[in-house]
Amino acid sequence: MYPEFEKLNVQVLSVSVDSMFVHKVWDETELAKMVDGGIPFPMIADGAGNLGKVYGVYDSNAGVDIRGRFLIDPDGVIQAAEILTPPVGRNVQETIRQVKAFQLVRETGGAEACPSGWTPGSTTLKVGPDLVGNVWKVWKP
Amino acid sequence: MGEKKAVGCARPTGAVVGEQPKKDSSGTPEEREVEEMGITVGGKAPDFEAPAYFKGEFTSVKLADYLGKWVLLCFYPGDFTFV
Repeated sequence: MYPEFEKLNVQVLSVSVDSMFVHKVWDETELAKMVDGGIPFPMIADGAGNLGKVYGVYDSNAGVDIRGRFLIDPDGVIQAAEILTPPVGRNVQETIRQVKAFQLVRETGGAEACPSGWTPGSTTLKVGPDLVGNVWKVWKP
Repeated sequence: MGEKKAVGCARPTGAVVGEQPKKDSSGTPEEREVEEMGITVGGKAPDFEAPAYFKGEFTSVKLADYLGKWVLLCFYPGDFTFV
């Protein structure tokens, strides 16, 4: 998965309340067995949950950061967010789809939009007065 | 990638990326209570500096250093867990 993010110029940063020491040992003893060469991005230590609190994902009862995912554009603007409670994992393919959609919108300067269910290569909407009332002609759900 | 220096603990800078924290009377950023800035989708991300482990090294990460790139910031409950 990670090479795909690199190709898309996306820097991944992971965050949990574990210390750098725990990150190191987890990477070395377990993750390196799943990912060749170990984890290829910085693993942030948020011991006191300070980052989690600011991003609205810190669970003070459990003392952990729950699954929050924030896509931040090159200007520092949060374009997408997803927050899940711990027992359900994310779908990386959906994240990649959203990255591609937001990158397309940015590349077109907002002239094109990605409708519901958009996947790379499918029809975008050309935003403008001509589209008003005519979405049905170009977009079939 | 971050410099090889230790950061005491993860802390928000108190500003969004690319901006300086507002000066106020409540002391240095270290002393200041963590402000509950909150986030807005469509708004600037709160900046932070934090210690990190990266490829065998202990380093530090500042979100603003990644301006110009897309960033995927992923929180998760804990190392050595199952999901």
